Amino acid sequence: MAQSRQHKVTAAAFGYLSPTLVLLAVLMALPIGMVVWYSLQNNVITNANPEFIGFEHYLDIFGDSQFHAAIKNTSVFVLASVVAHLFLGLGFAMLLNTQLLPHWVKTLFRTIFVLPWLLTVAIVAVLWRLILNPSGVFNYLLVSTGVIDSPQEWLADPKLALFAVVLINIWCGYPFFMISMLAGLQGISAELYEAASVDGAGLIRKFFSITLPQLRPIIISMLLLDIIWTSHQFTLIWMTTGGGPLDRTELLSTYTYKLAFSQYMFSAASASAVVVLVISAVLAFAYVRHQRARD
Amino acid sequence: MATLGVAALAAGCGASGGGASEGGDVTIEFMQWWEPELPDGEFAALIEQFEEENPGIDVELLSGPYASIKDQVIAGSASGTMPDVLGLDGAWVHDFATQGSIADLSAAMSDAGYDDSQLAAQVQVDGSTRMIPVVNFAYPMFVNNELLAEAGVEVPTTRSEFMAAAQAVTDSGSGAAGFIAALGLEKPNGINIDIMPWTWASGGTMLSDEGGPAVNNEDVTSTVDFIKQMWDAGVIAPGGLTMAEQDKVEEFTNERVAMMVSSLAHINLIRENSPDLDFSVVPLPVEDGYTGESGVRYASWGIGMSANSEHPEESWKLIEFLMSEGANGQLSALANGFPGNANVTPDFTESDPLFEDAFTIWEAGYPVSEFTGLPLADELMRVFDEELQQVLAEDKPVDEALGNIQTEWEGIF
Repeated sequence: MAQSRQHKVTAAAFGYLSPTLVLLAVLMALPIGMVVWYSLQNNVITNANPEFIGFEHYLDIFGDSQFHAAIKNTSVFVLASVVAHLFLGLGFAMLLNTQLLPHWVKTLFRTIFVLPWLLTVAIVAVLWRLILNPSGVFNYLLVSTGVIDSPQEWLADPKLALFAVVLINIWCGYPFFMISMLAGLQGISAELYEAASVDGAGLIRKFFSITLPQLRPIIISMLLLDIIWTSHQFTLIWMTTGGGPLDRTELLSTYTYKLAFSQYMFSAASASAVVVLVISAVLAFAYVRHQRARD
Repeated sequence: MATLGVAALAAGCGASGGGASEGGDVTIEFMQWWEPELPDGEFAALIEQFEEENPGIDVELLSGPYASIKDQVIAGSASGTMPDVLGLDGAWVHDFATQGSIADLSAAMSDAGYDDSQLAAQVQVDGSTRMIPVVNFAYPMFVNNELLAEAGVEVPTTRSEFMAAAQAVTDSGSGAAGFIAALGLEKPNGINIDIMPWTWASGGTMLSDEGGPAVNNEDVTSTVDFIKQMWDAGVIAPGGLTMAEQDKVEEFTNERVAMMVSSLAHINLIRENSPDLDFSVVPLPVEDGYTGESGVRYASWGIGMSANSEHPEESWKLIEFLMSEGANGQLSALANGFPGNANVTPDFTESDPLFEDAFTIWEAGYPVSEFTGLPLADELMRVFDEELQQVLAEDKPVDEALGNIQTEWEGIF
């Protein structure tokens, strides 16, 4: 009797969940399954009779020098962006949380600091193309203050392009870190700092012994999420450099896009996308484990 | 992954466009990027005229910017949901034809008893017409008269004169560069617009007699050498390696560059953004000593039909209407282009005088657009662009770069 009731409860729960489960299956599982299946065929979409070829596309991709460049650039792009997001986000959050500044100053800074987050990536790309133009305001400021001798082609110089897109990504990505850190900082009990003061701890000691340990769960979560998001960045790169000059800003996302929509090699592009999916899945798994451990 | 996922879903949900409405009328879909580029309401009025002349056929216009139309057409081709009639770029034709997603217009013309001698051009793949150019846009050279005058030089007619003029402008202290090339990889059409026209203007080609790749021939080598020479001399505007076509036009409009190769379609834009700019359109300079006819690069608003259309006859009627003398003349006048119907003489009475100058250049030369109809045309340009960037930025030898392009192109062909 009790078992039958339990079955009914379980069936009712699945009944309520079924619209979501159907949506997840149609919008997530099915496309992912199709892309994985595509990656195992010689070519799809442009080929009416695709043939199963196993892991051939994966072997081709792993041997492609452009893929190696994309992996290298993506690693640099992600690492530099995430580290900068962390330090800037934490720094600005601490500034906004300090008791040393009057309230109106903090409100002003909060508004200014959060501005990049309000702009869509397309607007950010257009804005920074203008700013970093050889005749743009960035060069003007640097030349007029004597930092550089002559205007630089920030986005078009092979030696500077990756640095330039990292700079733009840092600018548009730090506010989310900042807001999350600020929320974390505001959740730290003031009593901890008071007790530390009584024990004679200075500012630096308080930062390393109270602030950082208290923020640790948020920092780890944010780092994992930011790595996943940054490694998927496409629009910003596509709209500023298109992966060039040469292959200096080619990321996994632009590499995959070009395979699909420039070369119409949808199966090879699917294989590349699956590689990105696996990397993201590992990070997502780490994130979920971390969240569970927190709970 | 997300984009591919959407493409995957689209591929699994195939259904043909168009349909029959309740009154028994046939509705055909027409997807193109033309409407947003024409004065408000003008294209819709033209389509209304077609509907009045062809009772029982309704046209649903699906309009959007060029880039978005391209992605939608590719997705439609994959899923079998292409609109009945669609605007085409010559660079897409070969790929769609080999995928079997665009119809054989030769057969449609034959079925309809259409006299194709009135068509100025037809784009064919394997002997069958797949695209008809509706309006053509020539790409002459734009020169800023004021900057040339300040530098004390005349409009150049040969490459050596051009080099000297570009150098004079760059050295004049105006802050402007002599020439500009948009070689960004996002859309690598700079090869088609800024680089190869130098070869075509001097009667050269990048193809063999059989239509295969011959990109490492003397004609192209000489062009790339010339571009490299300009690059090393610092007369090409900075930032070109990630620049897009619109950036190039903006640099010219803002008087930061004296000369560029561009579409006539940009004349109105330049006039609108900089009404006082004193500029002309002139023929592209030729190799020193060349006296033959010049090839003039052009791009087209092409039209084609879905191979899966449920209403091929009605679709053809729309194409026939747009290629008729009246409608085609009207459309090309609205677009400031040259008509696809050979019997139409463009009416310049209400146009900018520069269009008449451009028409003179167009008539003096021969139209050329070698990338049109080639397989994976965008990819061919990308391969060329990537190698050219290495020549310019990393001093890769021109012969080696062109050899690499030739090898890659042979693989694609």
